[in-house]
Amino acid sequence: MPEHESHVFDVVVIGAGGAGLRAAIEASAAGARTAIVCKSLLGKAHTVMAEGGVAAALGNVWPEDNWMVHFRDTMRGGKMLNNWRMAQLHAQEAPDRVLELEEWGAVFDRTPDGRILQRDFGGHRYARLAHVGDRTGLELLRTCQQRAVSLGIEVFMECKILHLLKDSSGAVSGAVGFWRESGKPVVFGAKSVVLASGGVGKTWKFTSNSWEGTGDGHALALWAGADMIDMECVQFHPTGMVWPPSARGILVTEGVRGDGGVLRNRDGERFMFNYIPEFYAKETADSIEEADQWYDNKKDFRRPPELLPRDEVARSINSEVKGGRGSPHGGVFLDIASRRTPEYIKRRLPSMYHQFKELADVDITKEPMEIGPTCHYIMGGIRVDADTAATTVPGLYAAGEVAGGMHGANRLGGNSLSDLLVFGRRAGQYAAEHALGMPGDVLVDSGQVQEVMQEALAPFGRETGENPYAVHHELQETMQSLVGIIRTESELLEAKDKLADLDERAAAVGVEGHRQFNPGWHLALDLQSMLAVAHCTTLSAIERKESRGGHTRDDYPASDPELGKVNMVTRLAGTTVTVTPEPLPVMPDELKTLFEEGH
Amino acid sequence: MATSADQTGPEAASTATADVASGASGTPTVTLRLWRGDDTGGSFNDYTVDNLGGEVVLDVVHRVQAEQAPDLAVRWNCKAGKCGSCSAEVNGRPRLMCMTRMSTLDTTQPITVSPLRANPVIRDLVTDVSYNFAVARRIPAFHPGPRDADGTYRMAQVDADRVQEFRKCIECFLCQNVCHVVRDHEENKPHFAGPRFFARLAELEMHPLDTLDRRDLASRELGIGYCNITKCCTEVCPEGIHITDNAIIPMKERVVDARYDPIAWLGRKILRRPAPTPASSTASLSPAGKAHETISTQPRTPAGG
Repeated sequence: MPEHESHVFDVVVIGAGGAGLRAAIEASAAGARTAIVCKSLLGKAHTVMAEGGVAAALGNVWPEDNWMVHFRDTMRGGKMLNNWRMAQLHAQEAPDRVLELEEWGAVFDRTPDGRILQRDFGGHRYARLAHVGDRTGLELLRTCQQRAVSLGIEVFMECKILHLLKDSSGAVSGAVGFWRESGKPVVFGAKSVVLASGGVGKTWKFTSNSWEGTGDGHALALWAGADMIDMECVQFHPTGMVWPPSARGILVTEGVRGDGGVLRNRDGERFMFNYIPEFYAKETADSIEEADQWYDNKKDFRRPPELLPRDEVARSINSEVKGGRGSPHGGVFLDIASRRTPEYIKRRLPSMYHQFKELADVDITKEPMEIGPTCHYIMGGIRVDADTAATTVPGLYAAGEVAGGMHGANRLGGNSLSDLLVFGRRAGQYAAEHALGMPGDVLVDSGQVQEVMQEALAPFGRETGENPYAVHHELQETMQSLVGIIRTESELLEAKDKLADLDERAAAVGVEGHRQFNPGWHLALDLQSMLAVAHCTTLSAIERKESRGGHTRDDYPASDPELGKVNMVTRLAGTTVTVTPEPLPVMPDELKTLFEEGH
Repeated sequence: MATSADQTGPEAASTATADVASGASGTPTVTLRLWRGDDTGGSFNDYTVDNLGGEVVLDVVHRVQAEQAPDLAVRWNCKAGKCGSCSAEVNGRPRLMCMTRMSTLDTTQPITVSPLRANPVIRDLVTDVSYNFAVARRIPAFHPGPRDADGTYRMAQVDADRVQEFRKCIECFLCQNVCHVVRDHEENKPHFAGPRFFARLAELEMHPLDTLDRRDLASRELGIGYCNITKCCTEVCPEGIHITDNAIIPMKERVVDARYDPIAWLGRKILRRPAPTPASSTASLSPAGKAHETISTQPRTPAGG
């Protein structure tokens, strides 16, 4: 038997974004020997792409704000499909998590009296997002990174995890992966594993996600026997760049709209007034005059429709473009130039100014931006226990984007960074508790390790196999055109067939060269994760015969109250993915009253 | 570095005259001259692909990867200038490939892309950046004083601005690559932190809530004195951070203030402590702390963890 490098820890965290780092910090502080394993270098995770802010009811700008208002906004934004307990914990704990970041060195923008400043965002009743210009994610990530380094947590960088290991009782006992640099295997024995691997955006063609967003954690959990929920709920962020082609999909922060930017069609019309849904009519301005006064007087005026939740705005943009009222490159216009001074724009949105100047040669202080929806976030994910972040597999925990339930059918902007902190911490805490409560050492089954590596290396033996880039391209085209922002039964069924075909092609890809830092090989392996995600999303989307949040069905345009009471649960039965509707946890009556009193 | 980036192999020489005007289909083409190799050596290879317009260098590198060289090693993540992964030398200039538009380059000539020269090569455009992570571990973390009575930390925006400039850093390490103290002097790395970490030191030094003094560390162990302010780091910073003017020069001044203040000198003589070890999360507290802070001589246990 060939020797392989191996390490043993109490807790191994997979992923070094905000959730992973926060989990590791907590596990380490609890006394567990903790390691982080990540696919890129430390500090490069997709969290840096979060721009606008972290939502927390600090009440610094609007003292009226509190966790109950935040909870209500989150549940309504999620079209009530959220796990109520997660939404409650999130709203209650987010302020402490933000203040804690400050203790670790984060420097947020300030109010005139020196406290943390908060900004407006879609779906949030009050200005609630603590922020640092438009680079809040970088601040959060760097702060957690520096904290983790100061605690001496071991970080294994540029290491891809291929499979979770389980012991004879069915509990997780570690993970096997390989170093991207050398292609050599490495095994981590662990009493608890935390999945914090982020999202799945690379499964679609136009996405704001980096190459890492291939759904590795979703797939690892699925293969290990964990339940996934609501994988059909994918968020298409309304404002991604559409031009030039190379920049297509890159995120344009919602902060542009929070700070006064408006959406216009080809004719210059502020079209969002035509798309105010009944659900939000009471709290949304129905005239330009009222909307424009809201920025300075939130008590007497209702919010502009540009700040409706992301699913509503993305759908409206889609309708404008389809109706032939789009911009030259198939988007619409996002205009802040005509509404705010250049100084204000540069101070509030420095990264956006830089991004458009560098990539599109557009000066956003002088001209409107061309934007359109881009695949941004998956609300669905691994089913977890709200309090402990435990999955349905013993010893396996999940936090951040890879976990499902918190955001229901649609996530509000700013609720992701707070989610990372709140549930990252909880996952770390309970993973450590589980590990420290287990006597003895972890035993790793070498047979499993060898089997996993053999399978991973198989593409090298298929010299005439198809190029993995070609298969990935086709997967992205399929998901974009058939399981995109607007869905319909016939197309979803077509996607299901195509995915079966792509499974076969992905299993037969061949790669050139050798194992040392070989991107073609890495893609061949990532493809397996993306396909697992694609199957879950497609099957759940077929089963949810209604429109709700990020899941829009052309053939079922209305919400179905009965389907609003169930999660679509996907899991592996043998080698195939199955989907089953299962009831949502029921909200206690005292929380229900928050929705009845017209809060 | 074992291999020099200007070593051109025979394969490159034979294809260097590739037609860069247009391909058979009429689409304009461009030739990328990419360094391929590993720590044992390598050479420049030419790849001619379509020049589609509106692209950045990283797009074209990706197309080479997808169409001609699937095993071409390159680091990248966000492709939006926010993560600092895709650093390389484009026509000899240290750049982020994702923020270098093809339209700013002369595409009638081959475009050279080579790995960062100050780092050992791992493979192709991927280099060993572990030096930076090792330096990061030597800098004692942020260490705040107590909160105000109402549980908040107060800070004026103008003070936050000063610190935020340095916290914009995306850790692309272009400044570390271009700094002449280490670019061709591997031997200086153990006692030189480099511009990125001088900015980190300045950030902590200027942080209105921090209570530690890292000036002695900056001068004795992290080699800030080696910098002779040629501003190469500032020139290549994709975030436009004024590393030299706003971080290094003020840090040098503060170091000088601390070292040549006679009372501080006496204090050091009497109270010198052992230097912090890499794993330590607290700094040695020089009695010549920041003038504007009340310095606790007892490091607090970091709270909240």
